[in-house]
Amino acid sequence: MNTQFLLIQVFNGLVNGAFYALLSLGLAVIFGMLRIVNFMHGALYMLGAFVAFALGQILGLGFWPSLVLAPLLVALLGMALERTLLSRLYGLEPSYNLLLTFGLTLLTQDLVKQVMLSQYAVSSAPYTTPTVLTGVVNLGFVVFPKYRLFVIALALVVCLVTWFVIEKTRVGAIVRASTENPVVTRSLGIDVGKWVTGVFGVGVGLAGLAGVLAAPIYSVEPYMGAELIITTFAVVVIGGMGSILGSIVTGFAVGVLAAVGAAVYPPMANTLVFVLMAVVLLVRPTGLFGLPEGAR
Amino acid sequence: MTVLSRRAATTQRERMSRAIWLVLLGLLLLVLPRLVYPVLALDILAWGLFAVAFDLLFGFSGLLSFGHAAFWGSSAYATAFLLSHGQSVPVAIVGGLLSALLLAVPIGFLSVRSVGIYFSMITLAFAQMVSFLALQWTAVTGGENGLQGFARPSVLGLDFSNSTTRYYVCLALFAAGFLVAYRMVRSPFGQALQAIRDNEQRAQSIGYNPFRFKFTAFLISAGLAGLSGSMYAFGHGVVSLEVVNWRTSGEVVMMTLLGGTTTLFGPVIGAGLVLLLRDLLTTANLPVGIVTGLVFVLAVLFFRAGLVGTVQHWLRRKSADDDRH
Repeated sequence: MNTQFLLIQVFNGLVNGAFYALLSLGLAVIFGMLRIVNFMHGALYMLGAFVAFALGQILGLGFWPSLVLAPLLVALLGMALERTLLSRLYGLEPSYNLLLTFGLTLLTQDLVKQVMLSQYAVSSAPYTTPTVLTGVVNLGFVVFPKYRLFVIALALVVCLVTWFVIEKTRVGAIVRASTENPVVTRSLGIDVGKWVTGVFGVGVGLAGLAGVLAAPIYSVEPYMGAELIITTFAVVVIGGMGSILGSIVTGFAVGVLAAVGAAVYPPMANTLVFVLMAVVLLVRPTGLFGLPEGAR
Repeated sequence: MTVLSRRAATTQRERMSRAIWLVLLGLLLLVLPRLVYPVLALDILAWGLFAVAFDLLFGFSGLLSFGHAAFWGSSAYATAFLLSHGQSVPVAIVGGLLSALLLAVPIGFLSVRSVGIYFSMITLAFAQMVSFLALQWTAVTGGENGLQGFARPSVLGLDFSNSTTRYYVCLALFAAGFLVAYRMVRSPFGQALQAIRDNEQRAQSIGYNPFRFKFTAFLISAGLAGLSGSMYAFGHGVVSLEVVNWRTSGEVVMMTLLGGTTTLFGPVIGAGLVLLLRDLLTTANLPVGIVTGLVFVLAVLFFRAGLVGTVQHWLRRKSADDDRH
């Protein structure tokens, strides 16, 4: 095996890592604020891709307008669901919200499948790469598709901006305060409920964005989010919940590690992430960046 | 009535009602192959025991496993593999059960130290790993094609090509598995497990080791899930990748929830309901996923006690009212 091939794998790993990072970042933001795990995250990722596809079919919109519009629509839908359904279960065990979002996942996937079959008579649809981003770039040491480099760069920027907003701005301070102690924050005159909805919107918006970005690479398919979200759960367990930056770093790192590992030993391609998870659980049960249970 | 005698009367009444439920369920299962076609009845038995096994963890231990398909599926594959390699039915069923137990040792060891949502995510991830392995290990699982058409050589003169015979054999296995679960939750072990579920720190402070109890419960649950998986392979005659799919893990959650958690009978009723609904929808050519997804969502939102749970609640309130008069 030559270094050229390994380098390509590193870049492929970064592409996968970009999706892990965007999704686990959204999960981490939502978990921080709501203390729930959003199983629907994968379905909303798929919905992002599907909305982009549908916008193209109905309104003739291309990649760029969809890249903005589709995540917004997904965020709006997410906020509506949070207000009408998820909020009903906040007083109960967090497991019930996991179950609720699981049910919503089944519902969303099959609704999209039904729509795709009845409206477009397809079970999966390709999505064209924008013309500016077709072709390859020669980076000197490796040749790599332009669009995939764009995915890595955009995901990195979006992740870092999110991290910056949460850690360094006033908005972030309010979010962190509501996470830390909702009762005290409310007594300071901040409507925590509204912020919860907003943060949920941002979290699922990130999933929608990842979906649009994935459409040209994987094409649009109702079940595209199902397996990805389970792998992302493994990534979240590896990183440990509770750290925003941790979820970003772990996302990219696991993506690269899994891709390189798959190059070294191909049969492990699908399972390496889970083996990593097992090892981390053995040596550090709270994850690499997670806090011990009592400290939370 | 004094407080004590009233309490004694209540426990006696509860014991009575439990016995009545047991007899009713037994009667229903005895005549089931006459009510629905035998293969559907077989599925109800297998999924029913699967849901009971799942509820040992979810209801009685407070651990929401989202990866129980790993044990159900591995056992179904092992049973089918052994049958297609000329082994007898009892060997294949025991082999399936053992394979699930073997798999449960590492998965349980790594996951029961975590609680809440963490536990759910870890079990889900491990089950996904098993599912990928099943896809890749084609020599054993048949990959995309699955395993089918395996022989089920007759034992003690029982002709297993007859689905009704298979049903009653599975009913015996079901009864054995159900009895294990029934005894377990009423044993001191089961009581301690529920104490740990309700307040782990308090249980620990009076000398119970939570890890050991939860790990043991995990193994028993996985073992029973394994038994039900081998019943499924034996009864159904086809094993495909669906048995290790994450949707299978979700399906058993739904059955348990619909029937009623921590009721023991509930999961069996729930399994029957879901399978009948699915059968009905498929025959009517309606979108199964949309309807079952909707039922799931509505159940979580408005019907968390489940069918048996709601009925029990209602009966208990009624008897409390009677006491007052």
